[in-house]
Amino acid sequence: MRFAVLVFPGSNCDIDCYKAVEETIGQPVDYVWHTATDLSAYDCILVPGGFSYGDYLRCGAISRFAPVMNEVAKAAEEGKYILGICNGFQILTEAGLLPGALRRNDSMKFRCHDTVLKVNNNTTPFTRGYAEGQEIVIPIAHGEGNYYCDEETLQKLRDNRQIVFTYQDNPNGSVADIAGICNERGNVIGMMPHPERAVSSLLGSDDGKAMFTSILQAWRDTHGAANIR
Amino acid sequence: MAQQTSVKEPTAEQIAEHQIYKQMGVSDSEYELICSFMGRKPNYTEIGVFSVMWSEHCAYKNSKPLLRRFPTSGPRVLMGPGEGAGIVDIGDNQAVVFKIESHNHPSAVEPYQGAATGVGGIIRDIFSMGARPVAILNSLRFGKLESDRVKYLFEHVVSGIAGYGNCIGIPTVGGEVVFDESYEGNPLVNAMCVGIIDHDKIQRGVARGVGNPVFYVGPPTGRDGIHGATFASVELTEESEANRTAVQVGDPFMEKLVMESCLELIDSGIVLGIQDMGAAGLTCSSAEMASKAGNGLELYLDQVPQREEGMTPYEMMLSESQERMLFVVEPKHEAQAREIFERWGVVCAKVGKVTDDGRLKLIHHDEVVGDMPVKALVDECPIYNKPSQEPAYYQEQAAVDTLRYEEVKDLGGALKKVLGSPSLASKAWVYNQYDYMVRTSTAVRPGSDAAVVTVQGTRKALAMTTDCNGRYVYLDPELGGKIAVSEAARNIVCSGAEPLAITDNLNFGSPEKPEIFWQMEKAVDGMAEACRELDTPVIGGNVSLYNENAKGAIYPTPVVGMVGLIHDTDHITTQSFKAEGDAIYVLGDTRAELGGSEFQAMMHGVSEGRPPELSLDTEKKLLGGVLKAIQSGLVQSAHDVSEGGLAAALAESCISGNIGASVEWATDLRNDVALFSESQSRIVLSVSPDHKNALEKLLQEAGVPFTALGVVGGNKLSININGASALEESVEALKSVWEDAIPCLMN
Repeated sequence: MRFAVLVFPGSNCDIDCYKAVEETIGQPVDYVWHTATDLSAYDCILVPGGFSYGDYLRCGAISRFAPVMNEVAKAAEEGKYILGICNGFQILTEAGLLPGALRRNDSMKFRCHDTVLKVNNNTTPFTRGYAEGQEIVIPIAHGEGNYYCDEETLQKLRDNRQIVFTYQDNPNGSVADIAGICNERGNVIGMMPHPERAVSSLLGSDDGKAMFTSILQAWRDTHGAANIR
Repeated sequence: MAQQTSVKEPTAEQIAEHQIYKQMGVSDSEYELICSFMGRKPNYTEIGVFSVMWSEHCAYKNSKPLLRRFPTSGPRVLMGPGEGAGIVDIGDNQAVVFKIESHNHPSAVEPYQGAATGVGGIIRDIFSMGARPVAILNSLRFGKLESDRVKYLFEHVVSGIAGYGNCIGIPTVGGEVVFDESYEGNPLVNAMCVGIIDHDKIQRGVARGVGNPVFYVGPPTGRDGIHGATFASVELTEESEANRTAVQVGDPFMEKLVMESCLELIDSGIVLGIQDMGAAGLTCSSAEMASKAGNGLELYLDQVPQREEGMTPYEMMLSESQERMLFVVEPKHEAQAREIFERWGVVCAKVGKVTDDGRLKLIHHDEVVGDMPVKALVDECPIYNKPSQEPAYYQEQAAVDTLRYEEVKDLGGALKKVLGSPSLASKAWVYNQYDYMVRTSTAVRPGSDAAVVTVQGTRKALAMTTDCNGRYVYLDPELGGKIAVSEAARNIVCSGAEPLAITDNLNFGSPEKPEIFWQMEKAVDGMAEACRELDTPVIGGNVSLYNENAKGAIYPTPVVGMVGLIHDTDHITTQSFKAEGDAIYVLGDTRAELGGSEFQAMMHGVSEGRPPELSLDTEKKLLGGVLKAIQSGLVQSAHDVSEGGLAAALAESCISGNIGASVEWATDLRNDVALFSESQSRIVLSVSPDHKNALEKLLQEAGVPFTALGVVGGNKLSININGASALEESVEALKSVWEDAIPCLMN
């Protein structure tokens, strides 16, 4: 299974995502530049955190126009796995691949600390390794992670079980304590907390590991073991 | 347009006649000297260039004689002071690069940008050496957290640091924040950056190879920050507000691109010399690079990317626009270099050439607009041995009896007061605004004795801290200087690391005042002695003088930034108590020492007497013993006893471990003195019961005095002294006082 970690000017969690893939599941992974026009070689695309283009405008508002984003949309269409973390989540909402938007934290300050998340849906390719309702410790680090959507969208998210993670102690004012959502099909997920920062107990938590092992397991189940390294 | 602006510039004659050089901080005798080096009167651009090169900020003209007293070499030191940052070997062909720098004056006037660009500047110092920056620390001082102005400065300095570090993606892992009225109106903002490098990638800022092209990298030059170095070398006055143009504006996104592209360029192996444009911008970087190679440099100012129209040579040379670098490659590598910057979308322009005539020559509109001897600019600034005089207060303080106050009986109340002091209280309000985890290497987060960052691909890690107690240094500069280094070393050792070296940021008042110069001299002597004894040479640093306001000078604050090496991540140790039943020890002796203590300040509203004594011999034994105990796997937690004394140290270990402790202690001291004395060379350890014997044996052999204090457990901190209860507080209650102090003041 081959992973792509997208690199926009200003991405800064790209290295962390790369390392997390290597260390948790040991699958091949490449950095893919924002100008790339072909993602056909990849089975999973990670859109990492950071401050793409400085985020001086609305977060992710410029990145969505990067050439590689057309390919991401195509990959989503093809049912490939796409995981947007933090700035990556913001980019996916700006690109219309996920509903809603991320506003400034209600504290109006950047916040960096561990959060306790509840796994609301463990049937997605990204969360099958968790138990439903399981509480996991995953850190956040963002200034604009306050998820917003209108009532109608929220109802849809609920009806389709698209709310994947919720905060136990809402750190940013997100609607319905939402920390992460997926698209209707379940192959595109965006979340503000950083699972790639939670893959080693030496660094505080390894509760994020299961996201990466889940992705690999899901892919194995659909592609058979022949292609696994 | 250009002509219009330059028309306003005074001529060389007018500069002499009206002594315009004085406005730039150049004295009469310095002006005479400059004229003699030039063989004529300098024009406006030239005097401007000289004035920044000869400012305290660039030339250290008042502090150099003192800096020479520091030990700067050692078996591990690969590069000492003089380059962008010092470098220390950490084995396996790897090295650690670090430096601290101040941005005090800009932050006093424009706190967000002042602090942000301070961070940006120190990061450039690190990556210009070829190192990958892996961590940022800071050391901050503000007035009492009461007035709106102080709150404003505090809030915006913190968000400036956060804004820059978070965006560029380097974790801000530690530091210190102290509030004291002596910093009212003149806050201190010192930023430190730590990087990792392979030995063979180390760069130097040299303009090598006559005829080689010189390249400018980064955003265009604007009119911001003109004369910043000079601004930093005078006292802050009410007019300082009008000097806002001397404060630069930072763009961390641009710096991220410049950093990545420069590291890629360096990695390609084609760079002959590279240096950042920090203080005094294009002037300082070009002159220093030429000087270090013994060469000259020609700059074609029309080629300098410019943000505004009609910029004069004076403005271009003195601008401190941020995120700019200068580098030299051979002509045959020009295309390769350009390709790298194009891919990163970073401007790269050929702006000059290395020459052999030893002159810095500026060419603008086909005219030579400046022609100065490089050696005079870089090496010939006069060095002043300022008069030094012991201030009257020094002997007066010696006579103060710090025990003359009535005994404080409510020790629980006193502990809460001390823990709730903004200087001691939890800094979560601060560091939760910093991304301290990006790059996924932060093994010990902010809040413990030192932060710990792992070295990727190895079992090694680096411990890092910043420390200084300005009250101690004021009361006894030499002793205070010794304590600053020793406490930093203690913090490093408590984290499981071997202290390697320090970088220092000497923040003082005006050196023109003999009493202030005396403080500098004594503090440096104390630090130098400690550095020699503890084998932690000074590999670089920064001097910030003229930190004064209408009310006088700040406390002398020589901040120590220290880095230590953890040989195996298994040795990483934190301050928090870990498990029910673990035995608690305090190492070192407790004496009646309240001078300059937090207890004295909080309970009696004074800071007086002599600070606690310190024996470097004792300190060295303590550090050796504790490090050995940690490396032998005997230690569960280790915490330096510092501000707030043993009571605060125990409380902090309880709070961070979310567990209580029962302490039984026999002492001859008065209870309040015993609990809040700040006697040096003490560390609180906890060990599992089955390691007690081994630990005691090890400490005996190491010659470290120790006292068994009790056990970890329960949800209260209870302290019995000589068999009677002295203090009993729930950890929850202590925690809320400690955690809520700063948020309550800020909301």
